[in-house]
Amino acid sequence: MSLIYPKKSLEAYPKHLSPGYKSTVKRSPSKPLMIVPHTLSELTGPVYGHDAVQENDNDLTKQHKGEPLGERIVVHGHVLDEDKRPVPNALVELWQANACGRYVHNVDQHPAPLDPNFTGAGRTVTDAKGYYKFITVKPGAYPWGNHHNAWRPNHIHFSVFGHSFLSRLVTQMYFPGDYLFPYDPIFNSVLDEKARARMISTFDLENTVPDWALAFRFDIVLRGREATPLDNDEH
Amino acid sequence: MSEITPSQTVGPFFAYGLTPKGRCDWDPNGSYSWKNTVESNLVTPDASGTRIHIEGTVFDGDGKPINDCMIEIWQADSQGRYASPGANRALPNTKFKGFGRSATDKAGVYAFDTIKPGSVAGPGGKPQAPHIVVCIFSRGMLRQVYTRLYFDDEPGNASDPILNMVPADRRGTLIAHKQPGADNQYRFDIRVQGGDETVFFDI
Ligand SMILES: [Fe+3]
Repeated sequence: MSLIYPKKSLEAYPKHLSPGYKSTVKRSPSKPLMIVPHTLSELTGPVYGHDAVQENDNDLTKQHKGEPLGERIVVHGHVLDEDKRPVPNALVELWQANACGRYVHNVDQHPAPLDPNFTGAGRTVTDAKGYYKFITVKPGAYPWGNHHNAWRPNHIHFSVFGHSFLSRLVTQMYFPGDYLFPYDPIFNSVLDEKARARMISTFDLENTVPDWALAFRFDIVLRGREATPLDNDEH
Repeated sequence: MSEITPSQTVGPFFAYGLTPKGRCDWDPNGSYSWKNTVESNLVTPDASGTRIHIEGTVFDGDGKPINDCMIEIWQADSQGRYASPGANRALPNTKFKGFGRSATDKAGVYAFDTIKPGSVAGPGGKPQAPHIVVCIFSRGMLRQVYTRLYFDDEPGNASDPILNMVPADRRGTLIAHKQPGADNQYRFDIRVQGGDETVFFDI
């Protein structure tokens, strides 16, 4: 049993070369990518069970002695395939800046404070319904060197595994109504407005916890759809 | 219509989340380290086969090393079997996952310790030469690129169905070279752009 991976949906992805985002200019392939059939090597993929993650790995507010500063938030949703079927047991990893927009990474030296109670890395595994949940703080916007007065909209980086190595996805989750959207070449590297909207989480009042945390919902749709039998000699 | 979630760049700061004990020194004091979920050493005690070391530099279009790159590899075990439930095969080396992750260091160098993969069936049931699927993520890459690593000491390369689809003059970019004198060490450099650009696959 394996899965069929249409390529049409990949048209929603950014192009490798997206000159508004300057780093793509020297880091994008210049020759056409070679079309080859999907073999077992592409249609299989790694699986990480619950043994790979530890308790509180999905709660970024409990990884240090004290509580991090900032707005506490719940980020949750489902990991699905292109037929909207849940992807269970999927490893979901995230990383982000702190509430002031500063990453713990030593390459980030912009003058915003580090928070001794916040690293900004989390991970979890989806349940049988493809559901995941993180508790964290809302990341701040931060400046970057792409162009004059360039600031990234608030975002959380996500890394997700699906049914196969082809459904592997690294993306960024944004927050609704961000005033920096029109100016961000990374967000706008996705040319279709509807596709861009799929990277924006929705405010979730229903799951907002009174007196404790705002909730945001972010569903992640990975490559892959109808399951069909796959024999070695039939591709 | 598909409602797929678009890809975005991994950015420059992934290391403390995805490769916490990777090769780059983002955190000299180690104060934020946590346990890796995915290692660059894939070798497990139960893994049979030849242990190998793979190392290489990732270069940009100016030939400069990329020091904030993440490489992932996916491979079969020594008997040509993937540790994927979708593959519907008995797991020979139950602990051997065949999946690894390495960040590049300041010099743009990544490295893996693993087992030489066996041959896997390809299109039409034809055997594929031993190979590893390689996936490259980086700041400046809005989506990952896929390539394959083959070994220069494998006679099966000559009849590999995928390798044979690649123009002969570019096939060499997919070949890892065994290092003289060293024990099963292979060099596999990756050039993301330029005249001798690595072949990437539209898959
Ligand atoms: Fe970021």
